[in-house]
Amino acid sequence: MFAEFDLEMPNSLDEAVLALARSDGIETLTLAGGSSLMVDIRARRVVPERLISLARINELRRIEILGPRITIGSRTTVSDILRSNQVAEHGAALAASAEVFAGQMVRNVATVAGNIACGSPAADLVPPLLSLDADVVLTNASGFRTVPLADYFTGFKQDVRRPDELITAISWDVPGAKCANRFYKLARRKGDAITVTGVAVTLGAANGVCTKARVALGAVAPIVMRARAAEAMLEGSTLTVELIEEASLKAAEECQPIDDIRASADYRRHAVHMLTRRLVAGAWADLHLATEVS
Amino acid sequence: MREKAIVFEVNERQHCTTIPSHRTLLEVLRALGYVDVKCGCEKGDCGACAVLVDGEAIDSCLTLAWTVEGRAITTVAGLGNSNNPHPLQAAFARNGAIQCGFCTPGVIIASESLLRKTPNPSDDEIRFALSGNLCRCTGYTKIFEAVREMVLTRSGGVLR
Repeated sequence: MFAEFDLEMPNSLDEAVLALARSDGIETLTLAGGSSLMVDIRARRVVPERLISLARINELRRIEILGPRITIGSRTTVSDILRSNQVAEHGAALAASAEVFAGQMVRNVATVAGNIACGSPAADLVPPLLSLDADVVLTNASGFRTVPLADYFTGFKQDVRRPDELITAISWDVPGAKCANRFYKLARRKGDAITVTGVAVTLGAANGVCTKARVALGAVAPIVMRARAAEAMLEGSTLTVELIEEASLKAAEECQPIDDIRASADYRRHAVHMLTRRLVAGAWADLHLATEVS
Repeated sequence: MREKAIVFEVNERQHCTTIPSHRTLLEVLRALGYVDVKCGCEKGDCGACAVLVDGEAIDSCLTLAWTVEGRAITTVAGLGNSNNPHPLQAAFARNGAIQCGFCTPGVIIASESLLRKTPNPSDDEIRFALSGNLCRCTGYTKIFEAVREMVLTRSGGVLR
């Protein structure tokens, strides 16, 4: 039933990048949880001759905080994220997206890096990570480089990763107490459903002024995108109901949704307007609550 | 494509079998006679092919057989049988949580995976754990009630 392919099972990251380096013109893909790639292979959307499985590389399955950075190893699963108090504390939107991610069996295998690497504009973990200004670490046999997630995607299912590179980690600065991070996924059901529109918002504030705004939009453009014009309207201002409404309308203007089986472009645009408004207002309220408590 | 002999355990029985590199765990299990593992959507949507690998539920249709080398697999028949049913299996039968039965092996595996990690789950945790299992007959209510009844029975009737 499947196309035939070879499979390599490296025991370490070093072995894995060496295996990627010697592709010798053989169409090679990296296999993590398989919840996306195996479906693509079965549908013959991709036809690899060789897969390199990361199943045995436990060093890539970790969540750690070093100084101001939180780092998630690329093979960390969605279930690992749900079990992590560190992610709950320092990546609230990411934890929220894991709660509406597919079903249990998929959450037990699907990885953070796989969700990025599959390149889908509907990838649930990507808007939260983008709203957190996350970086992607790419490793090959000669070293590693760090790419902001905001620069990672170049087009629909296209990215800056070279064929010999492996996503090894995702990291971001631990947000302080003066930072709020929210996510909402609009879909037919809470579980086992593909996103119609996903929005993640991060707000930072000082002295009653919004010092940082990130609005990341999923499933409304060829890539998960930032609503940069909306962000610019929010940054540097004290947020009011009117300003939040204007910025949300701007976000709806900026996105480039399509009609498909799940929703019309018009409906997605409306969803961006409503969800951005709701999440920005909620995040702004979170910040004020934090101020009152501290 | 390559072939190699893979050793793994299914329902506490050792297997050593020659498997091609592109074969899924689902295909291998059914070929070995474990036909209690069902082939549904083959996309990770329906959960009919769920098995436990070292106690954690996964979709066997998305898993290449080579990647479970040396690990312990449990199918629904490994949990219990009609003479000696697992408490979940008994609760499903008692509550009418089975109609056509096709989804049942995967649903019981998903439930068992939850209960091994969270012995006394809340209602929301039960629903969340079953979000990757599709059932076209029961409307889910009786499935949910069966898992809940088993949890309640085991915890001495303490509701969370």
